[in-house]
Amino acid sequence: MSPAGASAEATQDDALRNVVIRLAGNSQDGIQSVGGMLGRLAGRTAQEVMTYMTIPSTISGGPSIFQVHLGSGEVLHAGDVADVLVAFYQHSYDNHLDSLKDGGICLYDSEKVEETRDERGIHHIGVPFTSATVEAIGGTAKDRGKNIFVLGLICSMFNLDREKLTGIIERQFGRKGEDVLRNCMNAFDAGYAFQTTDLKQFRFAPGEAANSNRISSDGNTMLGLGLIASGVRYGAAYPITPWSSIMELLRRELPKYGGVFVQAEDELAAVAIALGASYAGHLSVTGSSGPGLSLKAEALGYACMAELPLLVINVQRGGPSTGLPTSVEQSDLLQAIYGSHGDSPRIVLAPKDVEDCFYITLEAAQLARNYSCPVIILSDQAIATRIEAFTEPNLDEHWIEPELDLSERGEDFRPYPVDGLTRHAPPGSRMAENTYPKVTGLEHDEKGHPSGNPENHQKMTDKRRNKLVTLAAELPLPEVYREEDGEILLLGWGSTYGPVREACDRLRDKGLCASATHIRHLHPLPAGLNELLAGFEHIFVVEMNDSGVYGYGQLATILRAASCNSGIHSLCKTDGLAYRVSEIVDGVDSFLA
Amino acid sequence: MSDTQSAQPQEKLTKKQLKADHPTWCPACGDFAVLASFFNVIQKLGLTQTDFVCVAGIGCSSRFPYFVNSHGIHFIHGRALPLATGISLSRPDQHVFVFGGDGDGFSIGGNHLNHAARKNINLTYIIMDNFVYGLTKNQTSPTTPIGRRSKTDPNGAIDRPINPMMQLLGSGATFIGRSHATHVKHMNEIFERAVNHKGFSVVEVLSECTMFYPGAFDSAIPRKGGEFDLVDEEQHDLTSINEAFKLAQLEFPGKFGVFYQDERPSKNELEQNWINDVQSRTGDLSPQDLMRQNFAAMQ
Repeated sequence: MSPAGASAEATQDDALRNVVIRLAGNSQDGIQSVGGMLGRLAGRTAQEVMTYMTIPSTISGGPSIFQVHLGSGEVLHAGDVADVLVAFYQHSYDNHLDSLKDGGICLYDSEKVEETRDERGIHHIGVPFTSATVEAIGGTAKDRGKNIFVLGLICSMFNLDREKLTGIIERQFGRKGEDVLRNCMNAFDAGYAFQTTDLKQFRFAPGEAANSNRISSDGNTMLGLGLIASGVRYGAAYPITPWSSIMELLRRELPKYGGVFVQAEDELAAVAIALGASYAGHLSVTGSSGPGLSLKAEALGYACMAELPLLVINVQRGGPSTGLPTSVEQSDLLQAIYGSHGDSPRIVLAPKDVEDCFYITLEAAQLARNYSCPVIILSDQAIATRIEAFTEPNLDEHWIEPELDLSERGEDFRPYPVDGLTRHAPPGSRMAENTYPKVTGLEHDEKGHPSGNPENHQKMTDKRRNKLVTLAAELPLPEVYREEDGEILLLGWGSTYGPVREACDRLRDKGLCASATHIRHLHPLPAGLNELLAGFEHIFVVEMNDSGVYGYGQLATILRAASCNSGIHSLCKTDGLAYRVSEIVDGVDSFLA
Repeated sequence: MSDTQSAQPQEKLTKKQLKADHPTWCPACGDFAVLASFFNVIQKLGLTQTDFVCVAGIGCSSRFPYFVNSHGIHFIHGRALPLATGISLSRPDQHVFVFGGDGDGFSIGGNHLNHAARKNINLTYIIMDNFVYGLTKNQTSPTTPIGRRSKTDPNGAIDRPINPMMQLLGSGATFIGRSHATHVKHMNEIFERAVNHKGFSVVEVLSECTMFYPGAFDSAIPRKGGEFDLVDEEQHDLTSINEAFKLAQLEFPGKFGVFYQDERPSKNELEQNWINDVQSRTGDLSPQDLMRQNFAAMQ
């Protein structure tokens, strides 16, 4: 596979394997919609795709980009540099021309943008997006629809599957009425047929992904569907970006499955409602983004103490406080692991990509049920909003149908056995001994009775911690990409998976002995991880958070504490943007220099 | 009132079966009488331990679930109502009782009261109001009268107290009653009517803290020279929120009884209606096939 952004120079006869297209405009121009349709097309044509977007946190408008990386082979990241830039405005042009590789193509609205000549051999192609669209649709359209016009242009430029693409447009706009759909089709056709001698034609190599059962989705959608597939039927939340689309999905979908999702009055109520349904015997979910997780922290401590199962989704964004609500960051790791009062062990997982959002949710639900404690899934804004194509999950294999266990509990029933896992008896279950259990946040004995006994508190603290020690021993070690030991190990978590893998390859291209690994189980860490790390001279922990007062990012801090391995270094950044491959490569280079 | 509890006649529980731990309340605390009255109502209605669940937050009165031999959960301060909401919505077979005090209900959990009430969650909420923080030993509460000295107001309370009945009426609750812990028969009647109400029923019970605020409610105790003045339901229109507000504005100790009761669909019913409607349209599809429809749209 050629590195992204190195191949669009290909002549007409050479098939493309990779192309990165950056659409730059304003958020109300519908560039996300166009990018999304390109992503969906890739899924349908057995290509791989990854998208990347920035959204202004203003209510309406503001500069925005949508970047699509289409490839015939594996696509692991959204692309460092673009092969094609589509600039809708002068500010789009001025701010994003640098993102275009040398010799790349800049397609711009010739009525809005004045081009500046440079020395980088960029092919400038001016097309009057606005007037060509108005002409195609008719006089009343103003400049709406120029996004679809551009889609038509791109379709013809890259010989994309016109029939499939118009099918996607029909599905997206058909429900908005005949007029809207007709306008879209007219705009698309006008773009497709637009003739200019400057326009180059490219052709993709055939896709290599299995051509059957492919779907395209963003991460939030797969988390939401994963929750339903894992048997979650109840939950509650409060709207917050970028979590909200999961709660919208659950509110819409759960009634089909007989469930209820509650829009709560605040984050504190949301976690309490979910805990109520969990206590009632239905594993439930609450979710939020960083600030909301902070508000839920007290109830999380309760869930750890009372040993109630609960799923918590945190779609991380830039923080602290309101921070950068529409940007990406991984700075809630320590909050997820430790954020509460007292010693409150819980499980923390992070998906590595959009597809993994589905499977990690099923795993999280099983862990919550088995270990009877909160399980936090740390997603982030990048995974939440980007589109990837992958094989449709096989629901015959991946499905948990919820069961409410109201069976009678025998005379030996103890909700909090010191030497075993907690199994609660939900309301409605009969107790053979005719003594009914209390679930409590007070320290308690095995029967759930409040107890301030010093010895008991120590034993129960051990019990709650030891279940994570047990789990750690059962967790699989993360796979190592390339060699099992060597000079350099790049270690990532969450959405850095793709860029870290690609960076590993680039370091190897430069002659370095590099490997890469990825941690999905963040707390507890799999037993044996220290030995795995010990096989490498330098371990670079790549994460999107601050390196702090002591020079190490949040996961690096934990890994150093857990392993006392002085070869662990941090590559950290907090610019609110997803990692570029080159940033990781440069970081390693400058450390070794 | 829960959906299924009346479906099968069961043997009534004895007091002995209903009792759990001996209450940790101070001697002569008003909450003892509330507990006794609660047992009376459970017995009278023939509820058994698999029919109901007791929920509480934090405070003296919030210890209530430990003293009832039923399923129970002792949650964090102020969040008993949302926790109970989760139980109520996911378990229509259960009658959900929530117990708490003035601090839990009107201060730290004040916002939840408004929302559980306006959503008309199917549950019964009993507020034992003693006008003081007892568990933490005598600080000012949201219902402490102006001028009363406490550890946090050594010079006398200066903040206007909440009028609980005004607050409850404004919340959108569909059953609102008021009683007094020294009048057990009255409590029995009001609790029973609250339990039988469909939707969010709430009762404020003036329950004396004999340790930190003795005599607070003597003005409604006839043997101590007070007057226990009942709402005249022959004159009072229970469905009139305006009349209820007039009752709520009477000078302390005011009236006792049911101030307001109205029929409005509970959230439990409305959510179930939506489920029924959606499911009638999806027909006999298996849950997996339902999700496959989502996947098909993502191809």
